[in-house]
Amino acid sequence: MSLAVYIAVMAGVTYLIRMIPFTFFRKKIKSRFFRSFLYYIPYAVLSAMTIPAIFYTTHNMWTAAAGTAVALLLAFFEMPLIVVALAASGAAFLLSLFM
Amino acid sequence: MKSRFLRGMSHGIPICLGYLSVSFGFGILAVNKAGLSVFQASVISATNLTSAGQKAGLDVIAAGGAIIEMILLQLTINIRYSLMALSLSQKLDRYFTTPHRLLASYGITDEIFAVCSAQKEPLTPAYMYGMIFISAAGWITGTALGAAAGELLPASVSMAMEIVLYGMFIAIVIPPAKKQHGVLFAAVIAAALSVMFRYALPVISEGFAIIISAIAASMLAALIFPVKDGEEGAAQ
Repeated sequence: MSLAVYIAVMAGVTYLIRMIPFTFFRKKIKSRFFRSFLYYIPYAVLSAMTIPAIFYTTHNMWTAAAGTAVALLLAFFEMPLIVVALAASGAAFLLSLFM
Repeated sequence: MKSRFLRGMSHGIPICLGYLSVSFGFGILAVNKAGLSVFQASVISATNLTSAGQKAGLDVIAAGGAIIEMILLQLTINIRYSLMALSLSQKLDRYFTTPHRLLASYGITDEIFAVCSAQKEPLTPAYMYGMIFISAAGWITGTALGAAAGELLPASVSMAMEIVLYGMFIAIVIPPAKKQHGVLFAAVIAAALSVMFRYALPVISEGFAIIISAIAASMLAALIFPVKDGEEGAAQ
C-alpha cells in the first residue's frame, strides 16, 4: 500500500470525525451508556496502546521499564505532560549509559 | 478581527511549547519505526494534528496493515474529538458560519478544546484560528526537527526519545484514574487485554488489538461505572 494512501485515509477520517459534529450536529447525546462509553474510550485506547508497547521502546526492556516507572510516578503526582514525557526519556537515557 | 487572532495566538503559546517537545518524539518514531522521511513525517503532522492517532497510524504503516484497519483505528482513537466538537459547537459566536466551521474543525485537539471551553465569551473564528495556527506550527516544527534529529542524533539519545509519546499518554491517563474508578477500571482492563493479544493471540495485528481492547474495556466500564451528567466536561 502506498504511503500517500495511508496518510490520506488517516487525515480524511480524522478530519471528518471533527468536522461532522462541529458543523452539523446541534443536539446533545442522550444515552447515558453511549456517553459513558465515549468518555472512557480515550483512556482505554491510550492504555492499550501504551501497554505492553512501551516496554519495546528504547530497544532495551530495562531502560524502557525505568522510563515507564518514572512516568508513572510523576504522573501520579500530576506533573505537567511535558515534564512526565521528557523525564521518562531522560531516565531511560541515563540508565542506558550504565548498560 | 486581528486582535482576536492575536489573542488566540497568545492563549496558544503554552500549547505550542508542549506540542514542540511531544511531536519531536513523534518525528523520531516516524523515522525509527516506520522508516519515513522528514517530509513524510511532517505531512502526517500537518494533516492530522493529533498525537495518539498519528502514533497508531505509524504502527499500521510500519506493519503494512490494511486500510480498513487504519480507518477503524483512527475512528476509535479520535472519536473523542466528536464529543469535543459537539461541545464546542454549542458555544460558537454568530460569526461562525459554515465555511468557518469547516476550517476550524481541523484544529480541534484535546488541548485546544480545553483552552477554548475555558473561555467565558462565545468563540470567534479569528480567536480559534490564532490558537490553531500557533499550535499547529509547533506541532509540525517539532515533528520535522525530531525526524531530522532522528537521523542525526546519537542512537542512544534517539532511542531514549522513542518513549516520549508514551510518557505523555501515561500523564494523561493516571491523574483521572486516581480519582475515578471507571477510568482506572477501563485503563487496567484495556492494558490487560492488550497484553493478552500481544502474547496469547499474536495473529491479531497491533491495530486491531488496540481497537478491540479499548472498545471492550470502555463498554465494560460504561456498564459498571456510568458517568453522571456533566462529569465528562469536568474531567477534560
